[in-house]
Amino acid sequence: MRLLWSWMLAFGRFWYRFIVGDDWTVAAAVGVGLVLTALLNLQGIPAWWLVPVIVVVMVGASLRRASAR
Amino acid sequence: MTGIGFVLVTTFLASAVEAIEMVTIVVGVGVTRGWRATLVGTGAGFLVLAAVVVVFGLALSAIPIGPLRLLVGALLLVFGLQWYRKGIVRVATRGLAGIQGEEAEEGAEWTGPGLDWTAFVLAFKGVLLEGLEVAFIVVTFGAGANQLGPAVIGGVGAVVVVGAIGAAAHPLVSRIPRSLLQLVVGTLLTSFGTFWAIEGLGVTWPAGDLAILGLLAVYSVTALTYMGIERTHALGFGSRRVA
Repeated sequence: MRLLWSWMLAFGRFWYRFIVGDDWTVAAAVGVGLVLTALLNLQGIPAWWLVPVIVVVMVGASLRRASAR
Repeated sequence: MTGIGFVLVTTFLASAVEAIEMVTIVVGVGVTRGWRATLVGTGAGFLVLAAVVVVFGLALSAIPIGPLRLLVGALLLVFGLQWYRKGIVRVATRGLAGIQGEEAEEGAEWTGPGLDWTAFVLAFKGVLLEGLEVAFIVVTFGAGANQLGPAVIGGVGAVVVVGAIGAAAHPLVSRIPRSLLQLVVGTLLTSFGTFWAIEGLGVTWPAGDLAILGLLAVYSVTALTYMGIERTHALGFGSRRVA
């Protein structure tokens, strides 16, 4: 049972590291960007540009935070 | 844009990034502990990876192309961004340097009876841990492009090529500019991930598939700009420290 639990924990850690990595704000911003894109698309507003803008801004912010540490 | 050539190159490069560390670990363990158990551990690691690719590939192939592109696009985007960020920082600070002699733990060659389980576990873990992310990248990229076969060939090809270089001349592997590879693959994965995720939401890209080239250009210019800022920042801190 403990072995199964440790395997499940390791599996969860792998996916967290794979998806979120060492800066959760970037993954969260991408998620928000995709939701907003879907909502704007439903209103008929062209929104293909939103995620690329979020990516450029968030990577810059993340790099600035990392180098300030 | 998502033809066989693009899929082969992207999965080959992505796999090469992790294969460098994988080969460094396996050769290091083999040289210090002996080859028999190391090769058995390596083979066992690859068997598990093959099972992951088959199971994950079958699971993804059951999803319709629209939701599939949203899922794999979002996954590739958030993962690609991690390599993109790391690549920018590492290339800006270390240039084209290869990995720093991350040799396996020193240890005497195994001369006892039976299998050297330490060598087995070190090689097994090295292959599995370094290969798992690549296995998921290869499968998601292949599924997103509807080219799973070429994606697997690209991934396996990189392991074979880097493995052959490692077997022929071990020090050469550590000289491959892994950080630059990581940045290039991060840029590719971020571009394709953005394209597929947005397309999966039902949004039409201006210029269709050609938008991928636009995304590659935007993210490449962004990387170059941020690398310049990182270098200036590092130099600024350096001169302040000196002063």
